[in-house]
Amino acid sequence: MKEDKKILQNNDWAIEANGLVKIYGKEAAVDGVDLAIQKGTVYGFLGPNGAGKTTTIRMLATLLPADAGSARIFGNDLVSDGAAIRKRISLTGQYASIDEDLTGIENLMLIARLMGYTRRQAKTRAMELLTAFGLDHAAKRQVKKYSGGMRRRIDIAASIVVTPDLLFLDEPTSGLDPRSRNQVWDIIRALVRTGTTVMLTTQYLEEADQLADRIGVIQRGKIIAEGTSSELKASVGRGTLNVQLVHAEDRQQAIDILEDYLGAAVHHGTDSTSLTAQADDSMRVGEALGEFARRRIEVSDFSLGRPSLDEVFLTLTGHSAEQQDSGEEIL
Amino acid sequence: MTVQQQTRETANATNGIEGSTDERLLQAIASGKRPDPASGWSSTMAFASRALLRIKHIPEQMFDVTLFPIIFLLMFTYLFGGAIAGSTSDYLQFLLPGILVMTVAQITVYTGIDLNNDIRKGIFDRFRTLPIWLPSALIGALLVDVVRYTMASVVMIALGLMLGFRPEGGAVGVFLAIALVLVFSFSLSWIWTALGLIVRSEKSLMMMSFLVMMPLTFISNVFVDPTTLPTWLQGFVNINPISTLATAVRGFMHGMGTWQQVVNVLLVSAIMTAIFAPLTMYLYRNKT
Ligand SMILES: Nc1ncnc2c1ncn2[C@@H]1O[C@H](COP(=O)(O)OP(=O)(O)OP(=O)(O)O)[C@@H](O)[C@H]1O
Ligand SMILES: [Mg+2]
Repeated sequence: MKEDKKILQNNDWAIEANGLVKIYGKEAAVDGVDLAIQKGTVYGFLGPNGAGKTTTIRMLATLLPADAGSARIFGNDLVSDGAAIRKRISLTGQYASIDEDLTGIENLMLIARLMGYTRRQAKTRAMELLTAFGLDHAAKRQVKKYSGGMRRRIDIAASIVVTPDLLFLDEPTSGLDPRSRNQVWDIIRALVRTGTTVMLTTQYLEEADQLADRIGVIQRGKIIAEGTSSELKASVGRGTLNVQLVHAEDRQQAIDILEDYLGAAVHHGTDSTSLTAQADDSMRVGEALGEFARRRIEVSDFSLGRPSLDEVFLTLTGHSAEQQDSGEEIL
Repeated sequence: MTVQQQTRETANATNGIEGSTDERLLQAIASGKRPDPASGWSSTMAFASRALLRIKHIPEQMFDVTLFPIIFLLMFTYLFGGAIAGSTSDYLQFLLPGILVMTVAQITVYTGIDLNNDIRKGIFDRFRTLPIWLPSALIGALLVDVVRYTMASVVMIALGLMLGFRPEGGAVGVFLAIALVLVFSFSLSWIWTALGLIVRSEKSLMMMSFLVMMPLTFISNVFVDPTTLPTWLQGFVNINPISTLATAVRGFMHGMGTWQQVVNVLLVSAIMTAIFAPLTMYLYRNKT
């Protein structure tokens, strides 16, 4: 059994971190972060502004020495095997990590040549990536003249000139419109399908939900929750029942029934026909809806959902993800 | 697309990128095989070509190696020529080698400024996560800077010849003199790259370079023969590395160069490089 565990440790982990700490001044930007990220998975690192996401990633990418703790990337120690680690990782920073004065193709060719391609191979590779990323029309344009979405894509393209075994993406979709965001998501999914491990940071719960196999929620340098998206949702335990009534005059009666059966406060939406209530027990929901039928309260729509990650985040941190980190009332 | 494939994609993954995105993406990713690592030489050349591309895209960068030499030479020749030497043409013979040294020494600071700008952008992080011989990032840039220094030298000598500069050392003497300027400037650049990694902004680096270079260039033998100076000032002038270089450059341009002068310049250059090149690399690697 013990041996099994050892094999698992040697072969299955892309990242193992123990108690990583980074202190700026008197404040700990990262305050004892443990991570275990399996090869071939996407890990979502979720947290509000200033939580310590970028600092953690920069430590893991050998850019910043940790003040305490240790980490191994594919079994290589962060401190002593930096060179071996850099052969297998790639980083797309939070802010453009390319030369904005150069054109798209010049940037990719530069990286390709630094990776060991010949000039001609570099050119072929650069064009191949530009085409695959839908940037071939902008190959000869300076990157500073790219749109935000194009910039993000060229930045990621630069990170996968040689497909890395582990890719760090620091807020890959911040400030992108839904279409550009979906393009980036497609790229990430394609990478994972070819076996790359991805660690991405995000402030968007939906993004973590969509992409990540496991999610770590970080706040003020500490991981406050960790698990799959469903585990995180289950840890909060409650679901939500939404009911849409046909007739507004049934409203009071419906509220009474729901409160009676679910034992929870009922909220109503902006229109007077939609009702929402916390529902821990789906059996009770069924009974409540049965009671609606008996009383001839017509329902045009209803849904019973697990809590959204947004609600999870709210429960865990006491405030929503988008809110600025402030105050001492939490935890 | 088969049904199976479609279900594998999540519902809202749009085919944003034109064409059969998935296929192209997957193929592009799959063909990103890792070649043998780049040698130190080829990564240096790659960084040098980046610097050349930057000049291509931002040609204003070349002002300092074209306009500066012209302005400095005209200004000092006609401003001081009459007053110091009695005739501008005589003074030019004395001044040009020194002003060449001064001009090139002053533009070395731009190496540090470029580096300082890189640091404040994400590209610095990218370079440091690449599996490359890291000094090549700086050496590549410095090699292109040496080309820039060469250009400044050529511009200044061409203008000097038009104004009546007559180097008695001939083409060989001028060539050797320029070679000494380049070696010295390459070594001096390491001071600015080290400082460029320490200071917060390019403004403070500019400030520091003024504070260092102004006294070094003016309290030297660039403009005047130091024998006219008070003794305590002569002492400084004589140990000033700018004087060392100016003496050698003047010597070779006028056919009076000595091996001792060459050795002095190389020694000063070697000392600067030995201290500041490793310091730069240490700071580059450990910058946080
Ligand atoms: N170089 C630095 N010097 C001093 N403090 C720093 C430095 N870098 C980060 N910090 C501080 O460390 C904390 C964590 O910063 P970090 O950039 O890791 O947060 P983040 O989670 O990436 O936030 P964001 O979502 O805004 O990018 C912040 O309080 C920040 O002010
Ligand atoms: Mg960040």
